[in-house]
Parts: sequence; C-alpha cells; structure tokens
Amino acid sequence: MPNILNERRVISVIVLNESSVLSRITSLFAARGYNIESLTVAPIPNSDMSHITIATNGSTKLMEQITKQLHKLIPVYKVIEHEEMVEKEMVLAKFPIAENLADISVLSAAYNGGVVNVGEEMIIVMVADEPKRIKHFIEAAQRYNPCEVVRGGVVAIER
Amino acid sequence: MRQMSGAQMVCEAIIAEGVKTVFGYPGGAIMHVYDEIYKQKGFEHILNRHEQAAVHAADGYARATGEVGVAMVTSGPGFTNAVTGLATAYMDSIPLVVVSGQVPLSLIGTDGFQEIDAVGISRPCTKHNFLVRTLEELPRIFKEAFYIARSGRPGPVLVDVPKDITVDIGTFVYPDSVNIPSYKPTYKGNKRQIEKAVEAIKSAKKPLLYIGGGVVLSNAYKLVRELAAKTQIPAVETLMARGVMGAKNPLLLGMLGMHGNYASNMAMSETDLVISLGARFDDRVTGKLSEFAKYADIIHVDIDAANIGKLVDVDYPIVGDITEVLKAMLPQLDGVDANRYKAWRDVLNRYSELHPQSYIDSDEVIKPQWAIERIGELVGKDAIITSDVGQHQMWAAQHYPFDRPRQWINSGGLGTMGFGFPAAIGAKRAYPDKTVINITGDGSILMNMQELVTAAEYRTPVVNVILNNHFLGMVRQWQTFFYEKRYSETDLSFQPNFKALAEACGGIGYDVTTKSEFDAALKDAIRQDKVCFMNVAVNRFENVLPMVPAGGALFNMMLPQTIEGDA
Ligand SMILES: Cc1ncc(C[n+]2csc(CCOP(=O)(O)OP(=O)(O)O)c2C)c(N)n1
Ligand SMILES: [Mg+2]
Repeated sequence: MPNILNERRVISVIVLNESSVLSRITSLFAARGYNIESLTVAPIPNSDMSHITIATNGSTKLMEQITKQLHKLIPVYKVIEHEEMVEKEMVLAKFPIAENLADISVLSAAYNGGVVNVGEEMIIVMVADEPKRIKHFIEAAQRYNPCEVVRGGVVAIER
Repeated sequence: MRQMSGAQMVCEAIIAEGVKTVFGYPGGAIMHVYDEIYKQKGFEHILNRHEQAAVHAADGYARATGEVGVAMVTSGPGFTNAVTGLATAYMDSIPLVVVSGQVPLSLIGTDGFQEIDAVGISRPCTKHNFLVRTLEELPRIFKEAFYIARSGRPGPVLVDVPKDITVDIGTFVYPDSVNIPSYKPTYKGNKRQIEKAVEAIKSAKKPLLYIGGGVVLSNAYKLVRELAAKTQIPAVETLMARGVMGAKNPLLLGMLGMHGNYASNMAMSETDLVISLGARFDDRVTGKLSEFAKYADIIHVDIDAANIGKLVDVDYPIVGDITEVLKAMLPQLDGVDANRYKAWRDVLNRYSELHPQSYIDSDEVIKPQWAIERIGELVGKDAIITSDVGQHQMWAAQHYPFDRPRQWINSGGLGTMGFGFPAAIGAKRAYPDKTVINITGDGSILMNMQELVTAAEYRTPVVNVILNNHFLGMVRQWQTFFYEKRYSETDLSFQPNFKALAEACGGIGYDVTTKSEFDAALKDAIRQDKVCFMNVAVNRFENVLPMVPAGGALFNMMLPQTIEGDA
C-alpha cells in the first residue's frame, strides 16, 4: 500500500457559529502537528452553524485521529470524512492586458470559468473546478505571465 | 427573577452548583466578584498564596471528592500563574471550573493593563473555555462550564469574565438544564461490541486487566473488583489507578510501566488479551510500543473515542463510561470458568515471587521506601496521600498500600512539581477529619512552599513528609544511568532550614534522621492541628527500580540486584 501514508483527504466540519470556533480548530491542528492544505469557512444558510472544509493529508489512521479530535471540540457538531465528496475550488487570476487574451479566455472556459473583469492594464479571470484540475489550470496559466493568482480553498459536499 | 450584578451572578452560580469551597486570589479585574464573595455566605473562600497553588488546591479537592473544583484568579499574571494548574488538571482529566477576571470588553485587544488572551493561552490545556461577552449569557455559560467539566471525559473549563460585565446589572435566572447540541458524550457502550469483548474474554488463555485512571474518574472500582473476582483475571494498575483493586487483592500484580514491577510488566508482555479500562497507553506505561502487549488482542473501554486507536490498534473498541459498560458486561460473564486462567495466574505468581517489589533496607540511614511503607503501616487506609514529582512519587506509588481509589492524588500526566502540597490542602478542606499526607521531595516542596502560610492561616493541618535526598533525585538517577554520572544542576546540597521554614510560617517542623525519630515525628505530626514539615534525611543515591529505560521494551527492566550502588 504505497500511497496510504500520504493520501490527500477532505474533511467537512459542521460547527456552531461562535467567535472562537475557527481558532479552536486551527490550534488543534497546530498543537497536534496535523497539516492543513487549505481551509474554507462560511455560514450555513438559515442556521446557527458554519461549514468548514479542510483539505489535509495523512494515513487512514491519522485521519481517524483527526476526525475524533475534531469531534471532541465542544462546538463541533459533525465531522464528515468521506471518500465520496464533490470538491470544488475557485481561483482568481490576473493577467497583463498585453497577453494573448483569446488564449486566456479559452483556457479559463476550459476550466469552468471565464473573464470577469477587464481594466486598462489587466484582465481578471475566474475558474472553479476540481482541486486537481485547478492545479493544472494554474500550471497552464503560467505561460501568460499572471501577475497574481488567488486560490479560494477547497469546498466540498457529500455525494 | 432577581436583579443583580454580574459579580453576584458569578457567586450565585457557584452556590447553585453546590460548591462549598473556592480557592483563589484577588486582583483588579476580579475585584467586583471578590466584593460579592465578601457579602455571601454560600461558600468558603481559601486565599492560597499563589494562583498556581489555588488551582492545584481546587484540583486536589476535585480528585479527593469527585466533585468539580473551583478556583478564581484575576486577569493577566493571575491567569498566567494559573496555567500550570489548568494543564495539570487537563492531562489527568480532572473536573475544574476556573474563573478568571478580564479587562473590560472595551479594552480587550488594546494591550490594556493586565490584559492577556486567556482563552487563547488556555485553549490547548482546557477541555473548553469561554469568554463572557454579554451579561445575559453569563448564567448559561456557568451552567455549561460546570456541566462540561464533569460530564463525558472530565476536564478543566476556564470562564474568562470581563470586568464591566461583573458590574452590569441584569436578571439572574440559573438554567435547570444544559442543551449543547454539539456535545453529547457517549455513556452506554455499543451492545454488540460488548458481546464480542465478552466472547474474547471467554476464549482467552492469558487475559489481563489493564486499569487506568478512568476507573477512578468513573467511580467504577467496585465493578472492576467484581469483574476481577468473578473471572479471576489478574490485574495491573497504572500510576493513576493505584487503589482501584486494593493493595491486598490477590489478583493485583502491581503497577506497570517505566517503574512498574516485574510481574506486571511481564504480564503485559505475555498476555493474549488486554482488557483496558480507562487507560490511555501513555508512553511511560507502554515503553516501546511495537513490543507492548505484542501477543495480545486488545479490548479498549474509554469514554473518549479519541483515546481508542490513538497509539495501538484495538480489536474491540468500546466507547462509553466504564461503569455503564461493566454493568452491561458483568452479567454476560456469569458462566465464565475461573479455573480457565489458573495456569496463567500461576505463571504470574511465580514472577511475583521471583522479583517482588523490593529494596535493601538499612539501619544506618533511612531508606525512602521504608519511610513510605512505614507511613502505610501507621496511617494506612484512612489517610489521603498526595505527592509531588520525582523519585519519592514513584516510591510512594510502588510501596504505599493503597486501599481505595481517590486515596492517591498525584500529577501523572503533566508531572508537575509543586502539585502535592496545595493538592493536599484541597483534599484536607474536603475531608477535614482525614489524615492528609503529602509525600514530597526537597526539590518539589520548594515550588509551592508559600502554601505553608495558607495551611497555617486556615488551620489546615496537612503533613508534608519531605524525603530529602539533597538532590533533584529523579533527574540525578537518569544522570547516573544515562549521562555517566555528570550531575549537572541536580545537587541540592544547599538547603533551607526546613524546620525553621515551617515554623516561620506558623507551622511545625521536624528534623528526622533515624527510624525512631521518624515514628515519633509522624505520630506527633498527625495529632497536630498545624501544618507540618517532616524533613527526613534519606539515602542520597537510592534509585527507583525496576526501571524500563525510556523507549525500551517493558520486559527489559533494570532490576534491583543488577544495579550496583553509587554512594
Ligand atoms: C515543574 C517541574 N519542573 C521540572 C521537572 C523535572 N523533574 C522531574 S523530577 C525532578 C526532581 C524532583 O526532585 P525532588 O522533588 O527532590 O524529588 P526526588 O526525585 O529527589 O525524590 C525534576 C526536576 C518537573 N517534573 N516539574
Ligand atoms: Mg530530592
């Protein structure tokens, strides 16, 4: 089982909305030496809960421990660590206007996105896709000398 | 519905929780609460002379009684002094509510005078913590704090109260119940898992009860003794579980781990079924993990799911309260044949005879092990024994005849020097009629010696038996074994006059160098209504044995006769 040690995992955490809940989670990861690859958080509509999505990596055993430790936090309502997740990540990227705009536009369309803003000197595109494809997009975009790339972090939902 | 200040609400909440004793130390941010403490009659307040000691005292109170201990401190340095106390309680899962003052809400985040981020600092060493943000939520927060502290796997909870909230006036309604949808501890074990575990017990040949501090916390010792008696399965106890089986119980092999005895460590190395009850496979217990219980399947009963499978792979995980799980398990073991494990018990009994917990006594100098056994003979099962951290702690755990849980109070998880004396004060406040003895070292006792004043003022006559080896003995022992006797900063030849020190603070001191002086001093000390220091000169280079070197396999013990003397 070669890959089992460092498999990438996505954990969804449903928490009560209270001011310190995010720091409880991040300090748990820091204190126990767990890795955070990306983290997103937003309130769940019409509730007093928030949805936190954490992308991390480690063995099955480590995931089990992370899940249990998260669950121990008092404001954590539910922890979902599931293989069957639909994952998406959003990226904003800014390119000089002098680059090949047609290529950039086609590229972003290929990754579920498009041009969202055009200024005098810059053009901004947005794409939203699976994390693995987002990585490819960013690699491909390098050809057009992006000035800035902002990743949104992974959000996930159980299938 | 009564109108009152936030400060008064704090007191009313504490009274509503049935708390009789609060340990603490005032200061600017908590002064309004202290003003209300002055006016109320619901609980006594003990002014410890250091916030760390106040939290340890509340902790000792909690360990002795099983109830939630309460301590109160001011903001900034008052709180930071309390952190070691919180961490000590956290590591041993002790239920505490610690109330800290905080600068007014309007000053939070401005680096105000005595402002420190208490919830930030205490997050990793509390079960949960709260910063009170409105007066309205204060009663609910206190209700939840006590509930969280004592339910599930217990632990310390901090409530940080900004000063302006203690001044504000509002209506006080203390909630009857708690509803935290995200916090529902599991008490009942899974039925199917319990059945499987029972089958495993019935088919094992060499089962072993591995008893941890969780049994004490769950007040399950009678059920554990019943389980052992019914099945005749031998048992080992961790440092935190001393007293659960009772010293004279023929099924008890002793303590296991780094300073466990031969039979216990060998039993763990050879067993084919570990029945872990409220133990957490701490590294000081397991030694080298890959060799730990290598031939065994493992049943792990723990109220904290995260403890299960954390360090070792578990074959029969049971999440639940030990009391509940054993209640379900015991009837299913009705038909078990106690003779089944006889061959195994015989093997272990031979191990016990081969290498009993032993030491070489002396007539020239008091051996620390002798002193502990002597205390056991003189005060025995009625006394409460606290301890600090070091060799004296391990000797106490090895040699004292503990008869019941909550008789032995020590800092196992964090290993906090300075814990023993204030914890003894806490235990004595809870049980004024019991003899309370702190078995301590010449290093540790100085870490909270100001508590002499507290104990003297409140006529809390705890006896501190200082096993004085003029060393930071445990560190010295490691230097002897693993650092070629380079005694770097462990020689405590320069000493205070312990007798005079006790007397200067309103207590009584004894200098003891012989066995007869020891008897006389101890008998006198436990009759006194004053706090005592018994300064007992013991053999300087005595080592705690057996010893499993850190990271070694449990069966590779350094045993008494294989070690040559140093002095
Ligand atoms: C607060 C704290 N500081 C340092 C240590 C490390 N330590 C463990 S045992 C020990 C020596 C304790 O000396 P003493 O109290 O005289 O006990 P002895 O081992 O001599 O019986 C030390 C320094 C500790 N456990 N706690
Ligand atoms: Mg010493």
